[in-house]
Amino acid sequence: MKLSRKLQGLALLIASAGAGVAAHVAGHAAAHVTDHAAEPARTDRRAPAARYAAVPGATFSSALKYDDSASGVRVAPFRLMTLPVTNAEYLAFVQRQPQWRRDRVAGVFAESRYLSHWAGPTQLGANALPQQPVVWVSWFAANAYCKAQGARLPTWSEWEWAAAADGQRADARSDPAWRERILAWYSSPSTRGLARVGMQASNVHGLRDLHGLVWEWTEDFSAMLVSSDNREQGDPDRLKFCGAGALSVNDRDNYAVLMRVALLSSLGAADATANLGFRCAR
Amino acid sequence: MSKLRTHLIAAAALGLATALSPNALMAAPPGRPALPGDSVYQLDARLTDQAGRRFIWAEQRGKPQVVVMFYTGCKFICPTIIDTVLDLDRKLGPADRPRLGVLLISLDPQHDDPGALKATADKRGLDLTRWRLAQPRATDVRAIAGLLGVRYRPLNDGEINHTGVLVLLDAEGRVAARSEQTGGAVEAQFLTRVRAVLAAR
Repeated sequence: MKLSRKLQGLALLIASAGAGVAAHVAGHAAAHVTDHAAEPARTDRRAPAARYAAVPGATFSSALKYDDSASGVRVAPFRLMTLPVTNAEYLAFVQRQPQWRRDRVAGVFAESRYLSHWAGPTQLGANALPQQPVVWVSWFAANAYCKAQGARLPTWSEWEWAAAADGQRADARSDPAWRERILAWYSSPSTRGLARVGMQASNVHGLRDLHGLVWEWTEDFSAMLVSSDNREQGDPDRLKFCGAGALSVNDRDNYAVLMRVALLSSLGAADATANLGFRCAR
Repeated sequence: MSKLRTHLIAAAALGLATALSPNALMAAPPGRPALPGDSVYQLDARLTDQAGRRFIWAEQRGKPQVVVMFYTGCKFICPTIIDTVLDLDRKLGPADRPRLGVLLISLDPQHDDPGALKATADKRGLDLTRWRLAQPRATDVRAIAGLLGVRYRPLNDGEINHTGVLVLLDAEGRVAARSEQTGGAVEAQFLTRVRAVLAAR
């Protein structure tokens, strides 16, 4: 209830930021080209070793505006999993670390809906196919998974930078076609069930599915500081918290990124949702 | 020779740590019920306090605690957060006060070493028989904050934006109350909850 209220507030913010979004969305449902030919067959039901791709460092302009980052956000070179973590991979993890099974996990680390779409604590079943991205995972669970791989969750800035690319450019965000492709995802019904990972074309870094499949946890999701009180005071453009700092929006048309912010800023670390997965970085 | 001495020092330190905290080295000490699943002490957080003593968060189990995240370099809200806990202390009175622990966990472990924590404790005149100021491992900060519902973001200038929250933990480490009113005077409802948790023991 608290969550939905927060989401509502942010939806308002984003609705006001993304004026004209409905027009953007209309008629572009098929815009995202799926690159079947380039995709190697993924028939192995066991989890293959996750692959990472190098993302060069950059100073870039975030869609979010903070008082201290007017000159851009600096991201050091890092490596990111090419695909979101799948059910099969996550199953292998809970088998190795049974304290993360849904029937054993401490409630303080994962809410009751954690992995609730699986057939059993160690069975995937019809609603969780091996190559679908794992969802219904908490931040604590995602964090533990990455730690077990000798990795970590990406920061928001790393994720935002990696996701700014298209097939040719590291920063495609100013291209209306890029935006429209992503918005098309939001306009398609979410009742259809998740696609397998890796069905979309790679971006220029060799990363897939950053858009158009699931939303993803970031290490510092709780750095999105949004004060509901402030929203209630009718100042949706200025998301303040704690006096000294403020988060507002640089790029009001980057609806796709603002949707992510809306979600992440509304979550607690033990929360899980039907569309939220993750991938690891190092 | 010097190697032997190192060993002796290590052994002495271990003995001291064990004497101070008999449960530190055992996950489930005999005779003690398992930690509830909704206890924040499920997190294996290692901390160092203002006296340089290393401890595991779960060692605070057994006594209700008010926990706050802060950092010593904070000019804006942290002083008033500490004021708020001091106000709580005052209002609790001499009968209840000794039964409540206070733990201040730093959001800035790079800078808040035991020396910095001790300096803040001295400057604020904190009662170190009941208050503990702690430096977590850098890799644990986000998880501790997640359990306490604290949101924060380090800024480029070294400041940290963070939400100000008083969190009341019962003796088992379960969150019993939270208060985001940290302007210097403790929220009446929070005080009532603290008294209730102390009375329940």
